[in-house]
Amino acid sequence: MKKIFGGPAIFLDRSDINTDEIIPAKYLTEVTKEALKPYCLEDLKLEGFDPQGERLKNARVIISRENFGCGSSREHAPWVFEVNDIHTVIAESYARIFRQNMFNCGMLAIELPKADIDALTSLGKETNGAVDVKVNLPDQQLVACGNGREVSFSFAISPFDKALVEAGGWVEYADARY
Amino acid sequence: MGQTTAEKIFAAHLRDEPFPGTKVLDLDRVLCHEITTPVAIADLEWRGKDRVYDNTRIKAVIDHVTPSKDSKTALQAKMLRDWAKRHEIKDFFDIGHNGVCHVLFPEKGYIRPGFTAIMGDSHTCTHGAFGAFAAGVGTTDLEVGILKGVCAFREPKSIRINLTGSLANGVYAKDVILFVIGQLGVNGATDRVIEFHGPVVESMSMDARMTLCNMAIEAGGTCGICQPDMVTVDYLWPFIEGEFANKQVALEEYSQWCADSDADYDKVLDFDVTELVPHVTYGYKPDCVKPVGEMTGTKIDQVYIGTCTNGRIEDLRQAAEVLKGHKIADSLRGIVSPATPKIFQEALAEGLIQIFMDAGFCVTNPTCGACLGMSNGVLAEGEACASTSNRNFNGRMGKGGMVHLMSPATAAATAITGVITDARAL
Repeated sequence: MKKIFGGPAIFLDRSDINTDEIIPAKYLTEVTKEALKPYCLEDLKLEGFDPQGERLKNARVIISRENFGCGSSREHAPWVFEVNDIHTVIAESYARIFRQNMFNCGMLAIELPKADIDALTSLGKETNGAVDVKVNLPDQQLVACGNGREVSFSFAISPFDKALVEAGGWVEYADARY
Repeated sequence: MGQTTAEKIFAAHLRDEPFPGTKVLDLDRVLCHEITTPVAIADLEWRGKDRVYDNTRIKAVIDHVTPSKDSKTALQAKMLRDWAKRHEIKDFFDIGHNGVCHVLFPEKGYIRPGFTAIMGDSHTCTHGAFGAFAAGVGTTDLEVGILKGVCAFREPKSIRINLTGSLANGVYAKDVILFVIGQLGVNGATDRVIEFHGPVVESMSMDARMTLCNMAIEAGGTCGICQPDMVTVDYLWPFIEGEFANKQVALEEYSQWCADSDADYDKVLDFDVTELVPHVTYGYKPDCVKPVGEMTGTKIDQVYIGTCTNGRIEDLRQAAEVLKGHKIADSLRGIVSPATPKIFQEALAEGLIQIFMDAGFCVTNPTCGACLGMSNGVLAEGEACASTSNRNFNGRMGKGGMVHLMSPATAAATAITGVITDARAL
């Protein structure tokens, strides 16, 4: 099933946020995605960030820096976002496995150049974090709104990744094809 | 234009190219453990597709938490066990026969030059030591692998690393790879394969090559690859002697996977390792590395020797050589986990277990154990561990704990003094 993208953003303004920070290994004993829900980003130490706070609870989009999702192959990282209704991550770059896991789940890992992330981050600072992101997947456009201001960005996505999102994920895609 | 090893393997396994640059490969191996596989099994059941593409190419092991520590991990083990039984997966390893996946599967001869393999585990890059393309994947890729025997990749460019000179006494593959990661950075090889070349690699055993390739992912690499040669053939010979008239024939067959001399690389890096010293990590990222001399004296609470990086027999020999005749410091705990039952037995037969126990180490069963803080050996807040594992992320071995990555020899020397110590100085 195709997911809903966009919504209120949360800024995790650091590079190399790893999968242990997104979902610590001690929770990998769960065998359902839903059980992961309370532990999203539990071990992330970042100034102004509270894993139990309202801001994360309301977020539908994560905006971050380079090499997001590095480390372990655990798909529990995209899953913990999925069960918290965060279906869109926007970052300068990703670790390969995390990026593929996002698209395999039918979710978006959008890559933007540093200048665009800088622009989004300054809009975030200007609005004290109250930024809403709209995603137009067919046209590959993002619009960030905050403080009555709108900033648009176009993004690249490989046709394969786009096809995975349209299909609802890799299992659906592969099952129909192989 | 010639081809890299990865390009040759991709060409030989190409099932489909749905879009330019996206390659769907046929898989020779789908490897499974009890942490990332159960969700795939449950999803396949839910979809009414509880099937496997080939029960001889799928291998499974319970290794991360074994014996099970609680009801949840017991359920994970049971789900994998029942599934293996249901699908008659013959190569399934349970308690008494199980060990750390990236040590056990190569030891059983499952990985051959030119193979493709995936596993729901980032350190699957280890198996590239055999001249194979092996990649860590998530549960969805694993699920499709189990069901269809395929996996999609962007065809990776390769970074060629030439290791020249020769390693000094007391300097090991672990020191080389820590140094290389320090040079590349944690995302220096993202979407790339790291191909290791040069006389230093050629003179390494398979155990050492696996240590090298194991940490390719810590630089973001999809796989670490060594060139198959007579060392590879010798290691695999007990498993392949029925397939080839002699070792020379096997070598000729496997050499087809060696990179061409005119292959196109994303980057070529030359490192003369003659002057290299033991290296240790200091921060929360594996590229935070320093020569051991700059870390000497750092207080340590626990020493951990084992894992898919350094739990092989050579690693235990190197640590035991340093430990022999010594006691570990009163101020710390020592834990050693031989990575497989075979290694455990070899260590017993060689008297290594005696050395560890005389020194005051706790010897555990083969398991991933403390490495990711899932079962035994978890750190308390504020504690530091000298570890032969591969990852030092904040909280990795327990909330508020610090992990310093190092070779088995450095870890053993550190166990004796209680502070980070250069084994060559003892």
